[in-house]
Amino acid sequence: MRAPMKQAVAVHELGSNVAQRDRWSLGRKALRRRIVDYLATGASIAAAGVLLLVLASILWSLLSRGLAGVSWATLTRPMGPPGSGGGLANAIIGSILQTGLALLMAAPVGLMCGIYLSEYGRKGNYFASTVRFVADVLMSAPSILIGLFIYQLLVAPFGHFSGFSGAVALAVLALPVIVRTTEDMLRLVPTAMRESGAALGAARWRVTLFLCLRSARKGVMTGVLLALARMGGETAPLLFTSLGNQIMSLNMNKPMASLPIAIYQYAGASYDDWVQLAWTGALLVTFGVLLINITVRLASRR
Amino acid sequence: MRMTPVSRSQQRRLGFDIFFHGLLWLCALVVLALLGGLILLMATGGWKAFTTFGLGFFTHSSWNPVHDVYGVIAPLLGTVVSTTIAILFALPMAFGAAFWLTFIASARVSAIVGMTIQLLAAVPSIIFGMWGFLVIVPFIARNIQPFFNHHLRHSAFGPLLSGPPVGTGLMAAGIVLAIMIAPFMTAVMTDVFKAIPPMLRESAFGLGATRWEVMHKIVVPWSRNGMIGAVVLGMGRALGETMAVTFIIGNVTTVGWSLFAPRSTVASLIALQFPESPAGSLRLSSLMALGFILMLLSCVSLVLARFLRGKRQ
Repeated sequence: MRAPMKQAVAVHELGSNVAQRDRWSLGRKALRRRIVDYLATGASIAAAGVLLLVLASILWSLLSRGLAGVSWATLTRPMGPPGSGGGLANAIIGSILQTGLALLMAAPVGLMCGIYLSEYGRKGNYFASTVRFVADVLMSAPSILIGLFIYQLLVAPFGHFSGFSGAVALAVLALPVIVRTTEDMLRLVPTAMRESGAALGAARWRVTLFLCLRSARKGVMTGVLLALARMGGETAPLLFTSLGNQIMSLNMNKPMASLPIAIYQYAGASYDDWVQLAWTGALLVTFGVLLINITVRLASRR
Repeated sequence: MRMTPVSRSQQRRLGFDIFFHGLLWLCALVVLALLGGLILLMATGGWKAFTTFGLGFFTHSSWNPVHDVYGVIAPLLGTVVSTTIAILFALPMAFGAAFWLTFIASARVSAIVGMTIQLLAAVPSIIFGMWGFLVIVPFIARNIQPFFNHHLRHSAFGPLLSGPPVGTGLMAAGIVLAIMIAPFMTAVMTDVFKAIPPMLRESAFGLGATRWEVMHKIVVPWSRNGMIGAVVLGMGRALGETMAVTFIIGNVTTVGWSLFAPRSTVASLIALQFPESPAGSLRLSSLMALGFILMLLSCVSLVLARFLRGKRQ
């Protein structure tokens, strides 16, 4: 309660300052206050403007450089040596396979963990609050460390990089996102719904799955989609797990290409066609990710 | 009161309830196991480096694969300085944008611009890296560095601001990191600002206070903890950012005063040196140890942010 008191005192002082002065003539002090106010307002508009300008600049450089490379050949031919007319097909397919598999692993576990936190882990459950905190730690953990972790866990013991370990690393990244959104969305379901389900004689698991989860399905889908968007652009965890591959390969037990890794490998290259491919890949990834985000936001606003 | 006998179907139902509860509990356990495994594997992986170098690991300033001697001062300093630069640039940007979104812009404009800024936060970090490499690095190399080198070389700030005009380095990395974390911090601050009781703000305006006066006499004192929380969260992101920084920091493991010279950060060093480090080598172990330190930093910043945000309520 101390803070509001302090504010009130500040407000009071301000008021008396203003009241002492004749409002209609712009005195020196009033002029200064007005100028300072204009400057502050201008600076805050400029701050928002800079952020928008940066987004525009990024989109512009992606479009102006990447669009030239979007063609049927780029989308259908695998990567190749410089000058051979290679495309990005293997990277696109690798990305889809790895994120798809990662989602298959992360979504069920994440959903169930989110359900646990919301339905069984209310106040006073220390296990649940620990899990909640750990999910937050995992969510903010640097993604490169997830890569190192999966390297130690799945790559070093088996002695070779693999698309599968890349998918596991992506799943670890997606899991906390799904857990936390699922929990938040289930918490929005009114208790009355659970009670009426129970009153009709439904078992708790039925109430949870067919009433709560069903009524929160839209929000839960949002979490899964956001997790997908997060995985789609991640590069660092894949560096140490699926490594990247120049040839078309569908074998999850072998190193596998992916779009972000292809961008990373090609962007700094000294061959023009590789740099062009990097920009095209960047364009594809960014617009994919932005498309998912825009869809989610538009859908959840309604 | 007589207990009603539990029928067989009811029994089965209850049995499934227990099974369901157990299954959910197991999934929650997976989350705990993942973090536990992450910290454990990082610590065991880095054990060799910690035991070989002891305290020297933290005080030695060279990272020298040729002599197999590794000290974390250079990358750690790089991370700390680039993160500090990022916060210094991002804080005014995020504060201004959040203030404009909550108090100045109309609801319609605010919703659209707010969403656009949120989208900026969703752009993958490697894209920021490419963009920084293409736009920020050449700009610094062509416009800012020659100016500083020419005019400020002999001033008191000379050692900080001069350097080879290559563009890559701490300043470029700090600026790109600032742009990456600013949307995120804007979102957190907008939430904090929205939690200010409208009564306070309106009474101040009612007494004739200007926007600026409301900003620094009402908004800032009221939301100080929440804003520090936002800064710490942004800091956590900047600390561990890898791909954007790897493109633009120049990746040189030296220690020096200049903010415009190529350096390296913990995350960029891990990303770049990992492929050259054979399994079981001291170098790989040192990278794991660096990862362990980074994990600790990230945990500490999260706990700190939590603590500060919790205090407000």
